[in-house]
Amino acid sequence: MDASGDDGMSGAKGRINLVHLYPREMSIYGDLGNTRCLASRLRWHGYEPVVHPHHPGSELPDDAHLLVGGGGQDSGQARVEDDLSRNADRLRVLVDRGVPMLMICGMYQLFGRAFITVDGRRLPGLGILDVTTQGNAKRMIGPVVLDTAYGDVVGYENHSGSTVLAAGQDPFGNVKHGSGNNGTDRTEGAATANVIGSYLHGPILPANPALADALIRMAVEQTGASFEPGEIDDNVADQARTRQIRRLLR
Amino acid sequence: MAVVAGKAARVAARLKGGGSALPGLVVERIDPRFLAHALSDLPRGIVVVTGTNGKTTTTKMLVAILRQHGLRVFSNPTGSNFTRGVISSMLGQIRLGGQVDADIAVLELDEAHALKFAATVAPTHSLLLNVARDQLDRFAEIDQTAELLARLAEQTTRGVVLNLDDSFISRIRQQLADGVDVCYFGVDPSVAGRLPELQEADVRFEDAATAPEPTSDDGLLKPSDERSFEVVFGDRSVGPLALQQRGLAAMINATAATSMARMLLGEGFDEASVVEALRQVRPPFGRGEVIDADGRPLELVLVKNPAGFTVALGTYGSTPVASMIAINDNYADGRDVSWLYDVGFDSLRERGVAMASGVRAYDMALRLRYDDVVVDEIEPDLGEALSRFLTVYRDEPKRIFCTYTAMMRLRRDLAERYDLPEFGAETTA
Repeated sequence: MDASGDDGMSGAKGRINLVHLYPREMSIYGDLGNTRCLASRLRWHGYEPVVHPHHPGSELPDDAHLLVGGGGQDSGQARVEDDLSRNADRLRVLVDRGVPMLMICGMYQLFGRAFITVDGRRLPGLGILDVTTQGNAKRMIGPVVLDTAYGDVVGYENHSGSTVLAAGQDPFGNVKHGSGNNGTDRTEGAATANVIGSYLHGPILPANPALADALIRMAVEQTGASFEPGEIDDNVADQARTRQIRRLLR
Repeated sequence: MAVVAGKAARVAARLKGGGSALPGLVVERIDPRFLAHALSDLPRGIVVVTGTNGKTTTTKMLVAILRQHGLRVFSNPTGSNFTRGVISSMLGQIRLGGQVDADIAVLELDEAHALKFAATVAPTHSLLLNVARDQLDRFAEIDQTAELLARLAEQTTRGVVLNLDDSFISRIRQQLADGVDVCYFGVDPSVAGRLPELQEADVRFEDAATAPEPTSDDGLLKPSDERSFEVVFGDRSVGPLALQQRGLAAMINATAATSMARMLLGEGFDEASVVEALRQVRPPFGRGEVIDADGRPLELVLVKNPAGFTVALGTYGSTPVASMIAINDNYADGRDVSWLYDVGFDSLRERGVAMASGVRAYDMALRLRYDDVVVDEIEPDLGEALSRFLTVYRDEPKRIFCTYTAMMRLRRDLAERYDLPEFGAETTA
């Protein structure tokens, strides 16, 4: 199996700035794998990925083409909230510019309008996604299959927050197996412009390459160029995904 | 009545070749106070060994040390570490009247179940090893796991041994009940630089509380080379000695077991007996166990969380051999395979991986692809994969990294093929 897909043209198609928000605090469930996946696929497609880890207190690069964020523990979430509100305006500018973003679990919640704690306190979020999350005693845990604009998507959810979409807010996908946003309305995640929020770990991108490439396409378009995909053998990823789907939808 | 029913179930399970927890399940349904009663009269107490990594090895070492000192020890050394598993192994050595016939109990318990156990029977002593990400679908969050261990320590009545180098564990000293003894195990400053390879630095934050200064009651690991080491208590020391199991993690487990034994034995603690016992401890099934496969060594290495897999790759990475990786996602394995992305597989790149197997074989192969590790074959069926692997690499040393239920299955096939002792057959009083 050729793992590199490298034809010696590596990076020739242009440089893509990939920002990982809070890799120390918000990446407890292997979500760093999404960054690894995007960087590798960019290389395999012939682009040069530059990964910027964004830590609390550091400066968000102005020329970000793609942002990813993951899930954390409550203690990790508390450590990033100040930095996130300091950067709120800059993030909104990036969203308006059409910069693609993939926010998983804890970061999905923080990109929402608000989080209501178990004892009723309302913590405001960025409001980029029009969703509200209610803290819960019960966790929603298990494997998930979604129907999305990018085809069937598999992953694993593990969250105690129960999220509700405001009227007019699109979900990321519809639940075919699992709990999704709240276990009742069959929606999972949220999508606005080029921003996707989702509870799915797995991590979500490696086994769902169509989603990864959709983000990469949008990122490349941020540079003013159009996306020229390379040849990637996704047989192993397709097997991993379809086998999960077959197991779970049986 | 409960004892008879449980014993019958145990025989039935043995005949079926089934798992080690079934007979315990039968008894627990019949009499929930069974456990409390059975362990109520042990003169030297009840010791619980828990933490994310190293429970089975450390328990085995501690039991060996205590037996070498002449104690009759009840334990659950099959790696079946839930309350029901404890009851199952108990049925073999129970007196009429339902009490265990031993001087002391040393029990390996899973973090979540340790607390459930303590609600029924308060441990006299606890040995708390470490906290790392493990099966987050069960324990939810690492902070929560640390909290479970702290609550177990609070309920311990006589003495607690803590890991000096794990801030989640060492800070538990502030929560102990009055009159409970505390001591520590840790590594000598000369090897402190190697700790990050065993710990989860990325999810840890600076801790305001600094670790206490070790005293002569605390055991410190001082390796002399890759194989041999001493455990130093002030100006006295145990060793030098070499274990049968490889790696720094096993040496730290030995240091933990030795420190707990010293607390339990007090004046009776004998350095020479410790050395004698530790030298003879064979790696538990699947924990670096070496099987003679057609005249070539086959190492069976259990991996179940990022820290454990990283340590295993560090321990074995220096001698690359034909390798198979088997990943299942049953409850006991952890159902979420995301953790594979928190392990770096660079050390396998040069030699590649011969076979990926298990229910999540393709997810494992996909993970390896992102580290540019070539996978020769992918075969989800464990029996098929093992057979192929043993045939193709018949004449060379081999290694299998596997999750818990994959290990149980592979170990059974290997036992049949190479006439190995039955899993769990080591349980003796």
